Amino acid sequence: MFDTTLTLNDLAFLAQGAAMTLAVTAVSVAAGTVLGILFGVIRVQIGPYWSAPLTFALDVFRSVPLLIQLVLGNAFQSIAKLGWGPFATSCVVLSLYTAAFCAEIVRGGISSVPVTTRRAARSLGMTWWQDMRHIVAPLATRVSLPSWIGLTLGVMKDSALVLWLGLIELLRASQVLVTRLQEPLFILLICGAIYFILSFPIARLGGYLEKRWSPND
Amino acid sequence: MIEIENVRKSFGPLEVLKGIDLTVEKGEVVTIIGGSGSGKSTLLTCINGLEPIDSGRIVIDGTDVHAKGTDLNRLRRKVGIVFQQWNAFPHLTVLENVMLAPRKVLGLTKDKAEQIAVKQLTHVGLGEKLKVYPARMSGGQQQRMAIARALAMSPEYMLFDEVTSALDPMLVGEVLDTLKMLAEEGMTMICVTHEMAFARDVSDRVAFFHQGVMAEIGAPDQIFGAPQHAETQKFLASVR
Amino acid sequence: MFNYTFHWNQALKALPQMLDGALVTLEIALVSMAIGLACAIGLTLFRLSGNRLLGSFASAWVEIARNTPALFQIYMAHFGLGNFGLHLSPYAALLVGIAFNNAGYLAENFRGALKAIPDTQTRAGRSLGMTSLQAFRLVVLPQMLRVAFLPASNQMVWAILMTSLGVTVGMNADLAGVTQELNARSFRTFEFFALAAVIYYVIAKAVTLAARALAWRMFRY
Repeated sequence: MFDTTLTLNDLAFLAQGAAMTLAVTAVSVAAGTVLGILFGVIRVQIGPYWSAPLTFALDVFRSVPLLIQLVLGNAFQSIAKLGWGPFATSCVVLSLYTAAFCAEIVRGGISSVPVTTRRAARSLGMTWWQDMRHIVAPLATRVSLPSWIGLTLGVMKDSALVLWLGLIELLRASQVLVTRLQEPLFILLICGAIYFILSFPIARLGGYLEKRWSPND
Repeated sequence: MIEIENVRKSFGPLEVLKGIDLTVEKGEVVTIIGGSGSGKSTLLTCINGLEPIDSGRIVIDGTDVHAKGTDLNRLRRKVGIVFQQWNAFPHLTVLENVMLAPRKVLGLTKDKAEQIAVKQLTHVGLGEKLKVYPARMSGGQQQRMAIARALAMSPEYMLFDEVTSALDPMLVGEVLDTLKMLAEEGMTMICVTHEMAFARDVSDRVAFFHQGVMAEIGAPDQIFGAPQHAETQKFLASVR
Repeated sequence: MFNYTFHWNQALKALPQMLDGALVTLEIALVSMAIGLACAIGLTLFRLSGNRLLGSFASAWVEIARNTPALFQIYMAHFGLGNFGLHLSPYAALLVGIAFNNAGYLAENFRGALKAIPDTQTRAGRSLGMTSLQAFRLVVLPQMLRVAFLPASNQMVWAILMTSLGVTVGMNADLAGVTQELNARSFRTFEFFALAAVIYYVIAKAVTLAARALAWRMFRY
């Protein structure tokens, strides 16, 4: 169908790019989720008044373009002479970005647990920690999981922006090949197909879970 | 006059109406009683043309409801229906709910439609609630609004499909009082209901449906006092 | 650790230029949103049409828009369409890419909103003698708009954030593009981009608040 000069080596180069995309995503989602749970629990626990500064900070991460955040993160590490490479910088910025969205999901999950249920747990003599661990966590996870899957896929797609810091992930790898081989449509289609294959099945799973676990069914 | 002749209707393998014959004269109030799954609610939606039928005929004042070429939208202006779930339009105020169809379907002016709506809403006791959104009212009030909404089209026939079944027991009375008032005013009505006292009080005739068949029909005194059919006796014993 | 002197004055002097860029950002977001809305309505009708070809086309659009990066979609518009002899300027490529993305997300939003309105509402309308078109227009559509409005306003915020991606295909007139040009001349990266971040934040919040105010006025029930 396509008369191409694309070689096996080039495909391996794309695969390396995809691996980089997955690595950045995995690190950022893992760190972002831990931070997000922490921020989310803090927000619920200390109330809207005392958590206002945290709420504002997280809101900034959600309202400023990720590209600008990456540039600022990189400029900051250079000013502060932290000596981070593009990978570390990208992961730090993306983790905070993820945490800002994750905190919102966690907060929603916790507040979906009825107060009466929690009161029942406490009335049985459970401590705050036991209530959180045995009652709130399982119920909130169920409510939050579909959104969290959506967030993970969102971060995977947004991780394309780290190319601006010089990291050769999937999209940047495709761009390199496009410049060399001058076959933009073909190579970009392969790149898009890889993203699609990574994202679509998981997106479907998220949709399925959401339907299955929705409280109305 | 509504003439129902040998009407059959299936949902998949399940036959819910197995040949119903019933004629309702102008000014008559007919109530239909029977257990769940007896086909009584389905019959009402078929009369209104909201559900197609498999065979038989339903003729309203000479118009065959299910014939090809029948203008159902025109026919429905003549036959109002109120459902168990009142289906208020949540985005409109009570007044706008009632005004909508007269304006858009009958093409009345805003003033004329408002005049009719206010009259009907006052009639069902909601004259004070004109600017309120349905979400702020009780189920009973919403159901009365749905009745006013149907009446605003000046229908000649009214179909009531278990209009009190979804209501809290406390709110049933106000809706039944509204229906009684309509019956006394001479409206032609077919009511599917579980309220036996109501059926006894207002009906000219009571029909008992059992498993898709009209097992028995007669004056309320006869149906409630001396039921002929064994299933009618069983049913009445169970609801008493 | 910090032996760096911040030069905020330099950035503040460039503020008028950056605000001009912000206007271009807003313009691209609004136009892409308008195109996206029109396409999304079309896609929704395709999906409802029952025609398999139209339905598959709409589904493919929606799934590609939602399962590939927005930046990839902009690259496709900028580099990919070249194969068909269509060489879009950075401005046009950015607009096409974002509009494509908006349409996909909005169409999915509309589908959810349609599902949220129960069939009994249509039935109630039909029982009053409305035609199916009247029942849709007078009863279903107004309720659907309420359900779809807030997600759609979120998409508008996303559109604003996505405009910043234009800088990667050489766009230099929007806020990110202007900031990058200033940066390339002065190397005061942190100061310029921090100021840009503040402007993006203010725009995003203003749009969110305006949408809320509008929703409050439009949907009183």
